[in-house]
Amino acid sequence: MTDLFEYISVMFSYTFILRALIAGALVSLCAALLGVSLVLKKYSMIGDGLSHVGFGAIALATALNFAPMKFTVPVVIVAAVLLLRVSESSKIKGDSAIAMISTGALAVGILAASMTTGMNTDINSYLFGSILAMTKEDVVLSAVLSVVVIILFIVFYNKIFAVTFDENFAAATGTNVKAYNMLIAVLTSVTVVLGMRMMGALLISSLIIFPSLTAMRVCKKFKSVIFVSAVVSVLCFVVGLIISYIASTPTGATVVVLNIAVFLIFAAAGKIINK
Amino acid sequence: MALITCENVSLGYEGLTVAKDISFSIDQGDYLSVIGRNGSGKSTLLKALLRIKNPERGRVVYGDGLKQSEIGCLAQQTPVQKDFPASVFEVVLSGRAPKRGLMPFYSKADKKQALDKMELLGITNLKERCFRELSGGQQQRALLARAMCAAEKILFLDEPVTGLDPVVTTEFFNIINEMHKNGMTIVMVSHDIHCAVKYSGRIIHMDGGILFDGTVDEYKKSKIGAEFIGGHRHD
Ligand SMILES: Nc1ncnc2c1ncn2[C@@H]1O[C@H](COP(=O)(O)OP(=O)(O)O)[C@@H](O)[C@H]1O
Ligand SMILES: [Mg+2]
Repeated sequence: MTDLFEYISVMFSYTFILRALIAGALVSLCAALLGVSLVLKKYSMIGDGLSHVGFGAIALATALNFAPMKFTVPVVIVAAVLLLRVSESSKIKGDSAIAMISTGALAVGILAASMTTGMNTDINSYLFGSILAMTKEDVVLSAVLSVVVIILFIVFYNKIFAVTFDENFAAATGTNVKAYNMLIAVLTSVTVVLGMRMMGALLISSLIIFPSLTAMRVCKKFKSVIFVSAVVSVLCFVVGLIISYIASTPTGATVVVLNIAVFLIFAAAGKIINK
Repeated sequence: MALITCENVSLGYEGLTVAKDISFSIDQGDYLSVIGRNGSGKSTLLKALLRIKNPERGRVVYGDGLKQSEIGCLAQQTPVQKDFPASVFEVVLSGRAPKRGLMPFYSKADKKQALDKMELLGITNLKERCFRELSGGQQQRALLARAMCAAEKILFLDEPVTGLDPVVTTEFFNIINEMHKNGMTIVMVSHDIHCAVKYSGRIIHMDGGILFDGTVDEYKKSKIGAEFIGGHRHD
């Protein structure tokens, strides 16, 4: 046991691991907060679509020698606004529109990356994530943006509940539903881009979806769902990071598998509680 | 100036007109019942009055300084998903959300307001229960409490007594009467003509447009009123 602790303390003495820990935990927290609203509004596909757009944008930024984050964040925000528009206008068309945008962005990203690096490790790390990808600036940016996301979420918590629970009532009683939907979409874009480097474009949306679904298995209050999913998300990330270091597994995939395991445990617990 | 004025409003879905040439106004202190058979466009009109549905033609104007955040409403069907996790208290309290403006948290007064309305509707004991696990009648009362939390000047109700038992229905109308006496403007959609005639002061009868608009007494004396009331007599 003491060996394990020693091992872990050595692990966190590495700067890159410490960076990954800080940025990853903050992003996991943001993803869990936003995820509750996205899942309940049946917008989880938007998170998935955004991650593909993020991949395309980051590959393009690398190809064109742009600063990756500064290019990707605005592009994904624009995509979020577009995706929200189409999914608000009509359900079925919205689904295919999301699929079109995400596969299109994926294709652009692969082309851009193959032209510059020849489809090698870079693209692998975009798609499946790499904790080595985090630079010091990335960590600072992640920390600042995460704090902004968390503060906005707390400040607008009651409005977000109202808009998520019953959009019609919220609109009829004078809440600017469109603005809050937009706020959620923009915050999601930022979170997706931040998490993508580490978790990978293909895996980041699971960080949004799993913790809230897990919490909903057992919680009956909105507030407790938010709280439990935040805790589950951060814990899964930290434990996943440690396991991936010890077992030399890819961090993103390890975190996702851990999330699935916790989901199954909560689902079983929910079944027992509700009996 | 009236609270709400409809000017030549036509309503429809994807080009299919449901009701047309609707012009009337709602004054402060009205107790208005909108009646008509199923599918006659009552709920659609209510959505237009709440300005969550744009009319195909004409316009809905708010006057007398009426703000959207002073409105309370209870929709006919609230599309709450089966697995939405929320306690009854959270749902009722969300009626106060529009009053907060950009202030982040609910005040003590907000919480007291929510508790008072729950007391009034006899659902205090359901406070911590999960909304989705309640019976239809209990959900209806929770949503009504939320509407009452939101309503400062005007309260819109669409078939509010659906799913309530007769005792609770009578209690419900007494509560609405009390609110009306205290200055609340009430607009209620109903296909129960007897309750409409018994409790409200003004009747609008709809069917693809407005067939009648006047006081309850005028309605009883009118041909359409006599027919509709007579045709609906169950006893
Ligand atoms: N969302 C909708 N899309 C298309 N048609 C609708 C929709 N809602 C209502 N309608 C149609 O509009 C008409 C009026 O409906 P409604 O206003 O709900 O009537 P009421 O409340 O008087 O029963 C009906 O014929 C109904 O089928
Ligand atoms: Mg109706």
